[in-house]
Amino acid sequence: MSDVLRHLGTHYHYVIYIALMLIGLFAVLAKGNLIKKVIGLNVLQTAVFLFYISIGRKADGTAPVLWDQKPETIPYENPVPHVLMLTAIVVGVSITAVALALIIRIKRAYGTMEESEILVLDESDQQGSA
Amino acid sequence: MLQHLPVLTIMVPMFAGLLVPLLARVHAGIVRPLTIGALGFSCFAAIHMLLHVQGGHPIEYAMGGWPIPTGIGYRVDGLNAMVLVMIAVIGLLTALWMRRSIEDELPAAARPGYHAVLLLACTGFLGITITADIFNLYVFLEIASITSYVLIAMGRRRQALYAGYSYLIVGSIGATFILLGIGHLYMRTGSLAMADILAQFQANPDLYGMSDVRMAFAFLVVGLAIKMALFPLHGWQPGAYTHAPSASSLFIAATSTKVSAYALYRIVFSVFGTEVLVSGLPPVRDALLAMACAAIVLGPLIAISQGDLKRLLAYSSVGQIGYIVLGLMLLDERGLTGGIIHFWNHAAAKGALFCVAGALVLRTGAARVDDLAGLGRRAPWTASAVTVAGCSMVGVPLTAGFLSKWYLATGALATDRLYVVPVLLASSGLTAVYVWRILQKVWFAPADVEPRVGAEVPWSMRLPTLVLAAACLVFGIAPWSVEFARDAIAALGIAP
Repeated sequence: MSDVLRHLGTHYHYVIYIALMLIGLFAVLAKGNLIKKVIGLNVLQTAVFLFYISIGRKADGTAPVLWDQKPETIPYENPVPHVLMLTAIVVGVSITAVALALIIRIKRAYGTMEESEILVLDESDQQGSA
Repeated sequence: MLQHLPVLTIMVPMFAGLLVPLLARVHAGIVRPLTIGALGFSCFAAIHMLLHVQGGHPIEYAMGGWPIPTGIGYRVDGLNAMVLVMIAVIGLLTALWMRRSIEDELPAAARPGYHAVLLLACTGFLGITITADIFNLYVFLEIASITSYVLIAMGRRRQALYAGYSYLIVGSIGATFILLGIGHLYMRTGSLAMADILAQFQANPDLYGMSDVRMAFAFLVVGLAIKMALFPLHGWQPGAYTHAPSASSLFIAATSTKVSAYALYRIVFSVFGTEVLVSGLPPVRDALLAMACAAIVLGPLIAISQGDLKRLLAYSSVGQIGYIVLGLMLLDERGLTGGIIHFWNHAAAKGALFCVAGALVLRTGAARVDDLAGLGRRAPWTASAVTVAGCSMVGVPLTAGFLSKWYLATGALATDRLYVVPVLLASSGLTAVYVWRILQKVWFAPADVEPRVGAEVPWSMRLPTLVLAAACLVFGIAPWSVEFARDAIAALGIAP
């Protein structure tokens, strides 16, 4: 038991990322408002960003800049996860932009942003056309 | 020039996609020729590369001249050359086919943008296929996904908006899982180059037992299963295919889920190694086999009762993706052949059927199966295309679909998975039921029923339909695709 606790203590970043991920997933699945779902999606993506950044961490690490000293002598953070997350953040922003644009169009077309009301309207549309 | 073909295949449609909305302001007439020209170039490049890699001569391309574990590499071998040809050909045929359809379904202001998004979607799918870097794969996957959401949401009814939004939410969860999987893999191997990671697994099979590697594989498989709409994760697909503009349905149905299935092939063969399914994580293999078999039977079963042709075809796609996954999970030379040729066979058959669904929307404003009544009398060319493509879906001998099922069945027998054979037979039977429903309307409608479809659609739509239907016959009679698939498998390292 104490082993598990010690493990959790030294690897607390995993606990945080998994908790954030579950919060995000819960919002996406359980919320009926379309914007709240997008917020959930953003929390989910942020959890992954934090996970990536945390795996590049080194104790007392500094920025990976080429100093005068030999690079082996100073500990530096792994820059690759940071670079990857720059790309992933751009992707996340693009998805949020498309999602919000769609929500604006949905609000205009349906007059609501509640999933349950949209489904009811879709149902009546189908009965109308049949 | 020729040694730069791998990157040009991707870059030409991408820059065309960026130029189209700009040039459309100067001269609207340039949009269509530019789109067709760019996709035509990708087609030429893909076919050239497919012929070049035969006999085990893969093409390696280091982006920007950076050596491969450091920089991003592209790699073309027999397997992805086939998928590249599939995407580029379908993209080109969609661009040729769609003129009348989007004039009918989209407002004039949206048409140049639609061409641009289609080109960027093509870029994304081609990029997923060609890259040899696992993070680059994620980036292209997101390019392809975001453009797909837009292509779907541009449908003319308001349901298209909601279908696009639902797909966006589900697809982004899938993509985030894929990103997490890549992160766990990077954490253990410290590399993103596929060849580099594979070398580590081959040197040290103990890695398969590591919990982070297991998590990586699980996240990647679930993420890709969502993207490829593998049963029971297919919920986003029917709505998306039904409400999208007909040209989007055609392009997305014929390529998108199969590109994700290809990514699963790539991850199994070139990242983790096939050992991951055999000794590394056998439960994943059992689970995917079960999901594939469930998809193969339940997809066509649900399709039977659909009144909307596009929704019917969407459920049929749920079943067809099962064949491709089944081929991979059998991990046998013949089963894999069946899975790989099914990339082409399904693209041809489903492409032809969605062409017809789009023609139906153009003529009647909807895609109701009942409205097909009398098509055979009014539009014999289109009706013949439906018949050939439908027979290929069922797996009638001399059509391409028969070969897929034959190789899958023999592969299942060779690996002692006897239950696969009745699954395939049941699926063929159920497919025959819904194809018969369509063909009966097309050919045997009572003479007093006035057909709702008018005359034939214009040649710009008819020709791509006929090319795809002809492909169903050609691949069924001439075993080219089988030769290409054998070569691909030999290059991937499973002894023939």
